Amino acid sequence: MSNDVLVLAEHRDGAVSDISFELLAKARELAGGSGGRAVVLLLGATELARELGGADLVRSVEHPLLDRYNPEAYERVVRAALEEIEPRLFLTSTTTVGLDLAGALSVASDTPLVSYVCRLEAAGDNVVATAQIYGGKLLAEVELPRPRAICAVLAGSFPVPAMDGEQAPPVEPLEVGGLLDDLRTAVTSVIVPEAGDVDITSADLLVSVGRGIGNQGNLEVVEELAEALGAPLAASRPLVDQGWLPKSRQVGKSGLKVKPRIYLMLGISGAPEHLEGIREAELVIACNTDAKAPIFEVADYGTTVDLFDLVPELLDRVKA
Amino acid sequence: MRIAVLLKQVPDLVEDLELAPDGTDVDREFLSFVLNEYDDQALEEALCLKESAGAEVVAVALDEPEVDQCLYTALAKGADRAVKLGGVGEGWIDGHRRSAIFAAWLAEQGADLVLTGVQAADDLDGQLAPLLSARLGLPHASVVVHVDLNGAVALVRQELGGGAAAEVEVQLPAVLGIQAARQAPRYASISRIRQVQQAGGIEEVAAPPAEGGPGYRLVRLYAPEAAGHAEMLTGSAGEVAERIVELIRGKGL
Repeated sequence: MSNDVLVLAEHRDGAVSDISFELLAKARELAGGSGGRAVVLLLGATELARELGGADLVRSVEHPLLDRYNPEAYERVVRAALEEIEPRLFLTSTTTVGLDLAGALSVASDTPLVSYVCRLEAAGDNVVATAQIYGGKLLAEVELPRPRAICAVLAGSFPVPAMDGEQAPPVEPLEVGGLLDDLRTAVTSVIVPEAGDVDITSADLLVSVGRGIGNQGNLEVVEELAEALGAPLAASRPLVDQGWLPKSRQVGKSGLKVKPRIYLMLGISGAPEHLEGIREAELVIACNTDAKAPIFEVADYGTTVDLFDLVPELLDRVKA
Repeated sequence: MRIAVLLKQVPDLVEDLELAPDGTDVDREFLSFVLNEYDDQALEEALCLKESAGAEVVAVALDEPEVDQCLYTALAKGADRAVKLGGVGEGWIDGHRRSAIFAAWLAEQGADLVLTGVQAADDLDGQLAPLLSARLGLPHASVVVHVDLNGAVALVRQELGGGAAAEVEVQLPAVLGIQAARQAPRYASISRIRQVQQAGGIEEVAAPPAEGGPGYRLVRLYAPEAAGHAEMLTGSAGEVAERIVELIRGKGL
């Protein structure tokens, strides 16, 4: 039993995901305060260990079946790691990896789990987790029990301090033996989105539409506005799911993270999954007829004018 | 081929949520409940599989407020059976206990494939699909947007974020957490739902005994302080448009 905090590193295409650095920063804070170590578990792509400077230790696992994320393979290895390392806390995320693993590991290793964590703080000898539920309408405060707990953390919850000049951490392989024999799950291919006509992640100005647009036919006037502004048209998930716009335009948790200088949002309510995609937008202007839409807590400027009244007025002025 | 679809009603988030006096649950008395939108997607994907591959679709839910509505709707949409597990008590049922109840029922009844929504708004102690699969010792995948059946294997598309997705083969029996069905959930007309209601058709059975709990102490629920608020632009559409164009030009765009 230790006061170690274990973080599962997530990576794809040769890079460690941002969420892993957020979790590592929090792990250092919590472990440091209790005499434990911040340990990172890295499955596959073990050459990425050198990017994890700031970890007290990296436990790496090399195996061909870990080259691509596989829920069952990951689960077996992480479970073995939890048994060996016995951390006070295991931190993962609410990405696909976290959604697959956290609940399964909670049951398999009989460890309490708090999901949707947005805050994690030491309070004396205890650790208190705050989680967002009901779409963020309510927060839940949970005292994490001893001897161990799992937290699945929302992306963007913890800041990442500059870790320049951190040395590459010590690495200790974790042996898995025959643990990955007889898997019942196999990843046959990974599809990356087509480059598409336009890269919304590098645009300085974006016009983004959501369900408020109503139907596909109504997109035309917004497309005209985007074109007049010289900006790509982006969209929230529901429009892409319907096939009205290609995946390359989708902003949000399952889509792309954008960082425009101005993000003009029309008819988007501001669900957490969409907000994850715009955290780095400099100035957010939101148009939504619902004065209580959650987006107005996040946007810099807002209006409840109907987008169908606003867009033609914008077009007039932009074209002038 | 039997597909079990696990459904849950959740508070309608369009409403304001009041807290119960002890501050550890929402006040359920005046809430309206809706089917978890992701469970609706799971049901739709199951019905699509029934149409393409032939399968028996069994909708299962715990006896919670307003659940009859979602079970009748499932039957009206084409589910073959609807089962309500009773005697589960009042108030919020945590994921660990919920998964234990479903696991016990599935262990008795059997299913080749279990579909449920990838997550729900009240999943404080974890999501049902992975909790359940660990109890049953079955392979699983979440954030699934398409399922095909090929003999004893499910071929699923799992979204990975950033627009990427993996094609994954999972041996049956398996549990899948559905993010989106291959098409938007179908409607069942009010008259069809009424027909189904009149025919009876929800099998009511006692939930099998099952243990489970989140294993931690919930100190309190509370409403977040709004971190801030947008500066609201008022006036006519023209006046607002004027301001917005100013803001855009102001950034040199």
